[in-house]
Amino acid sequence: MILDTRLSLETPEGAALPLAPAGLGVRIMAFLIDMLIKSVAIIIVFTLLGIFGGMGMGIALILTFLLEWFYPVYFEVWHQGRTPGKKNLNIRVINDDGTPVTFGASLLRNLLRVVDFLPLVYLTGIITSLFNARFKRLGDLVAGTLVVYDADPTPDPDFDIKGRQPVPTDFTTDEQRALLAFAERSKRLSPERQSELAGILLPVLKTDEPVITIKQMANSMVGRQ
Amino acid sequence: MKQGQFEALYQRDWQALATLIEQLEARKGSVSAEQLAAFAPLYRQVCHFHALAKERQYSSYLVDRLGDLVIRGHQQLYRRKQPLVHQFLRFIVTDFPRLVRQEQGYFWLATALLYAPALLLFLAVLWQPDLVYTIMAPEQVDKFEEMYNPANRTLGSARESSTNWQMFGFYISNNIGVSFRTFASGLLYGVGSIFFLVFNGLLFGGVAGHLTNAGYTETFFTFVIGHGSFELTAIVISGAAGLKLGYNLLNPGNRTRVEALLQAGRVAIRLVYGVIIMLVIAAFIEAFWSSNNILVAWQKYFVGAVLWGVVIAYLCLSGRQDGRKPPHES
Repeated sequence: MILDTRLSLETPEGAALPLAPAGLGVRIMAFLIDMLIKSVAIIIVFTLLGIFGGMGMGIALILTFLLEWFYPVYFEVWHQGRTPGKKNLNIRVINDDGTPVTFGASLLRNLLRVVDFLPLVYLTGIITSLFNARFKRLGDLVAGTLVVYDADPTPDPDFDIKGRQPVPTDFTTDEQRALLAFAERSKRLSPERQSELAGILLPVLKTDEPVITIKQMANSMVGRQ
Repeated sequence: MKQGQFEALYQRDWQALATLIEQLEARKGSVSAEQLAAFAPLYRQVCHFHALAKERQYSSYLVDRLGDLVIRGHQQLYRRKQPLVHQFLRFIVTDFPRLVRQEQGYFWLATALLYAPALLLFLAVLWQPDLVYTIMAPEQVDKFEEMYNPANRTLGSARESSTNWQMFGFYISNNIGVSFRTFASGLLYGVGSIFFLVFNGLLFGGVAGHLTNAGYTETFFTFVIGHGSFELTAIVISGAAGLKLGYNLLNPGNRTRVEALLQAGRVAIRLVYGVIIMLVIAAFIEAFWSSNNILVAWQKYFVGAVLWGVVIAYLCLSGRQDGRKPPHES
């Protein structure tokens, strides 16, 4: 069993959309970035339009109002579900069924921030999002929306090792996958850690260089030289 | 088939899809008609590759990369583009008044919650003038008195247009903000909406009663009657939308609470669209008409009464001709 928060939605094409809901930390970071942008924009608006007296103030008030309530709606609907803060952290808002967020849903989830904010600093929203598997705050629950990670473009793995070796036939598919995953992950592990991990397989592999053997097996699994 | 062979054979297809998706996401790049026509088959093909790759236990980097294309392609394929202008007009002419009639239970409840406290406090203040201080600080009362004192006439005949604009901005941000809060706080089992409706009702009734005692009726009522039709009705509707959320949370019936809220939210947010439109109109009237003191009182009462008639007739009658039921979903 995999203990993570991923979920998969079936599309009309029969494909399973792999989605990873974004958790509290990254969403708070995105919110802070957006808040910073909004505050700077409001300061600029008031200093610039303040010069023009009453009419300038009127326009400034309208712009501030729009920034306060419609800034997230605009970006979520017309920029692929991503406010600048969310874009920066690679997350986006979508509808529950995986389709791009619609105007109504986006407006609803953002109006309900008022309730999520209560009693202060988004306490209601934080608690609610910790009590469901998809990290939804109240606004997301009512609007039927979801914040997910944009899948990172995975770099083409390079196992650094030439040559192939046949995989022992008595390895199950899961075990083969484990070998492959080790080879793919090896770039992020120190050589010592690599040999430590690969060493576990020593009794099964009957070789002196378990790291190289595993990578060569991986080569033969993905069909490269 | 080995993964290497699979990649060599079909890589071209998913790379083509990847470039196409990038063009569509950028929105600026021009996508030709042939490319668009090729998109859906290509997307289905890649969905198929993704399923195959997963089934055949190919390495996770390949599965993930195809999965990423499936998600992004899905976002583009199911993007909803609507004829906005037509929809907007249709909403104003038929959908919104129908929706209000469909939800009239909440509408009347919200009406009672706003006007009953207003009337009660109005009468109470006429009877016992000091009662106005139960809801307002003395300084606030003084401010209102000063604003509507006929001797000052600050609402002014000579008010500059720039001040009008400033007030327009203020009414927009303040009033729509209040109605958004009235709506959203309905999610707290309706309590928030009830609070805002009753509180605003009391405020209005108190001020009206106090200024009547002071003898400033003409300045006050000629000012509020103009935009009151749109503004008060909009506040009532936002309260009604909030009450709908709260009631569905309290009494979801056979549905789960989340499902009940989802369904209520879809209807309620459409009420909020209408509220926004009405409040923009109200702010316009309030800033540029209500404050105008060149006209005599009966003219302002007359126009105010006509505007009330317009709002009531609109909500009662508009969109009745066409027998179809209003859409429940957005």
